[in-house]
Amino acid sequence: MTLRVEIELTRGSFELAVDFEVPAGTVLAILGPNGSGKSSLLGSLSGLLRPRRAKILLGDRDLNALQPYDRSIGLLSQDPLLFPHLSVVDNVGFSPRSKGAGRRESRNIARRWLAEVDAAEFADRKPAQLSGGQAQRVAVARALAGEPDLLLLDEPMAALDVDAAPAIRGLLRRVLSSNKERATVLVTHDPLDALALADHVLVLTEGRAIERGPTREVLAAPRTAFTARIAGLNLIAGTAVDDGLRTEEGRRIAGMLAADTALGEPAVAVFAPSSVAVYPAGDGHPGSPRNIIAASVTALEPHGPVIRLRTDAGLAADLTPAAVADLRLEPGSAVRLDIKATTVTVYPASLTA
Amino acid sequence: MKKVLATLAGVALLVAGCGSGSSGDAGSSSSSAPEAKTLTVYAAASLTESFNALKTEFEAAHPGVTVKYSFGGSSTLVQQLTNGAKADVFASADQTNMDKAVQGGVINGTPTIFATNKLTIATAPGNPKGLKTFGDLAAPGLKVVVCAAQVPCGSATQKVEKNTNVTIKPVSEEQDVKQVLTKVESGDADAGLVYVTDANTAGGKVAQVDFPESAQAINNYPIAVLKDAPQADLAQQFEQFVLGAQGQAELSKVGFGPAAK
Amino acid sequence: MKIPWVLWVPAGLALALVVLPVVGLLVRSDLRRLPSLIVTDSSLAALRLSIETAAMSTVGCIVLGVPLAVVLARSRVPGIRLLRAIVLLPLVLPPVVGGLALLYLLGRKGFLGYLLDVTLGVTVPFTTAAVVIAQIFVAMPFLVVSLEGALRSAGDSYEQVGATLGARPWTVFRRVTVPMLLPALGSGAVLSFARALGEFGATITFAGSLEGVTRTLPLEVYTQAESDIDSAVAVALLLVVLALLVIIVARPRALEGGTG
Repeated sequence: MTLRVEIELTRGSFELAVDFEVPAGTVLAILGPNGSGKSSLLGSLSGLLRPRRAKILLGDRDLNALQPYDRSIGLLSQDPLLFPHLSVVDNVGFSPRSKGAGRRESRNIARRWLAEVDAAEFADRKPAQLSGGQAQRVAVARALAGEPDLLLLDEPMAALDVDAAPAIRGLLRRVLSSNKERATVLVTHDPLDALALADHVLVLTEGRAIERGPTREVLAAPRTAFTARIAGLNLIAGTAVDDGLRTEEGRRIAGMLAADTALGEPAVAVFAPSSVAVYPAGDGHPGSPRNIIAASVTALEPHGPVIRLRTDAGLAADLTPAAVADLRLEPGSAVRLDIKATTVTVYPASLTA
Repeated sequence: MKKVLATLAGVALLVAGCGSGSSGDAGSSSSSAPEAKTLTVYAAASLTESFNALKTEFEAAHPGVTVKYSFGGSSTLVQQLTNGAKADVFASADQTNMDKAVQGGVINGTPTIFATNKLTIATAPGNPKGLKTFGDLAAPGLKVVVCAAQVPCGSATQKVEKNTNVTIKPVSEEQDVKQVLTKVESGDADAGLVYVTDANTAGGKVAQVDFPESAQAINNYPIAVLKDAPQADLAQQFEQFVLGAQGQAELSKVGFGPAAK
Repeated sequence: MKIPWVLWVPAGLALALVVLPVVGLLVRSDLRRLPSLIVTDSSLAALRLSIETAAMSTVGCIVLGVPLAVVLARSRVPGIRLLRAIVLLPLVLPPVVGGLALLYLLGRKGFLGYLLDVTLGVTVPFTTAAVVIAQIFVAMPFLVVSLEGALRSAGDSYEQVGATLGARPWTVFRRVTVPMLLPALGSGAVLSFARALGEFGATITFAGSLEGVTRTLPLEVYTQAESDIDSAVAVALLLVVLALLVIIVARPRALEGGTG
């Protein structure tokens, strides 16, 4: 079902005023720093907060008039919050049970969802016997087992260690893409989560949406300095290969494959502007020859303490003002961009983006 | 009001009495006058009003002397004394507890009876239940409160019951007379058996119905000087004062009878 | 954690303060006469009454105290902080005063007692029910305080998750709040039972003292102490043993549950 939202909310001196739409079967990422209003927004959607004025239409139901338990939502937060006194299977069966299914039926539903998230073998354990990643896996199953029309993901990877996060991200990619009816809102401060999971991005700051659009566009070519600072990334699309990525033009970008990247699948090489080194064109080759891209400077933008260099290759680099002066860079200057392979990560591309 | 003050004084003295084990002759430091002495008296709770009145008169007759009381249940006081509490005089509300004190070896000489007390019926002001005799207390449905058999007023009650062949079915057997009075005063009991003196000191809150059979269960109040009395001489004088005309007058004011001759 | 050595001395003193008086009781008692002193009709009646009333008042504390703790911990009604303080009143009120207060409320001339008497013909004082009411009055704060603390430290995020999963408030209470409270409920119930078992002042003032009806073990001890201190000590030891049994049997499990 499609979600249409208009919210005005006041908490102390903080004001949130935002509107957006999430078509059925798609994922919207709300990207913003701490204090931008992300959690107030999510609270309004889940019903734990009551906005001053709100229209939250899910299909033709106005959620704002409903109690949380009547909204048909699923919530996954950074803490799995599995009920410690219930076994894993009863945790997952909690939602069907609360919605009227019998004990046996709920458990059957739960086992199906546990299998779906590759956690069937944990069914009879207590949450205390699970690792963080396993618990979050179960929490995903629990949030989905009630067949919610709206799924809310609140920084679902933020509390996981670096080994567990890619697996959960991959799991979420799979379950999100397999349902064409459900609308999903993902709240995150990590542009990589948005990149991996979301079709669209809405950038929130101080309670206002300052930028929105398809994920890749917003992240690769931020139209506001603010978005560029929190989310500006260099993205190169292509196909995953064993040592990185191959673009459509056949250029190879060396990088590290993320855990959930499958070879031969569409992928994106991602790296921060700060990991791009800039040399004058024609200089010698001090580094690895593969990740060297010739370009010319199109713009120089101050970003706080650094200057962001934009190039006609679509890539950005962050430099100190002193370096810009030393290299005598100005729009039109020919440069050589050098990207260290270990700073490049190759992620699976969001399927619909 | 007078009762409240007396209670407050009693509480204060009890608190003071707690420390008396270690500061038995605190009197020597309580005043700069060379004659300053403190006499410590352990007395049954029912003596609170009359003994407090006596204090003023005794102190007036003995300049420099301060009388300190510790009022409490007689059995509690005996417990404290036999466990080493320092005091000069012990005035008990019954013979049994005085005997215990004698057996405990804390009494010097022979105790003397200085007052008697007898039972009366306490009931709501105006006697709404129309009680006239002791036998009326056995009426079905009447809520009567008595003292437990283990305490003096309770054993006196049992004695009267036996002599009159009346069997009271109490709704409660209280720990002491004051608890009986409380329940009559609050209206939760229709009647209670208490001592004449307690009914008197309750003022107008209860009505009193005397019955002749109470004469068969007279309660004796013995007084004695303690063996390790820090102020043995003063203690003797206090005992004589209680037995003398002034003491007897104060005691009769609240309803105590004279010692049987 | 390695215990700093300076803690051992006060810790030892604290233990001595608790244990030595009980040892004093044991020393004072004539152990050979103990069985004959304990097995009397009146002390057995008191023992039975104590266990029955303390059990009933523990049930009463749970039935009334759990909802109160939930309301105090979760409600955002204005004035809830004041209520929270008032609930603790029985902890600081001398039990005798508590008994008087109950008497003035539920006694024949108390405003509620009068109403009960006139409308239903029920009088509360001098009944076993009065003993239970007095015990609930003094014991419930222990349960409410431990539950409220547990509820606050647990936070309400589990309950919120329950709501988003489609559970109505009553289902959330039954399937999330109560099960998660069980460890605290266990230790709170043990505390209340122990407090009810030892309750004296409010009972004697409000309920009176009559064998088999209102004279519980503590009242029996006090009554015996008037005439025969040896049997008073014997009955007191019975009370100590009973309290220890309750604490040993129920407490560790409750505590383990709390840390697990």
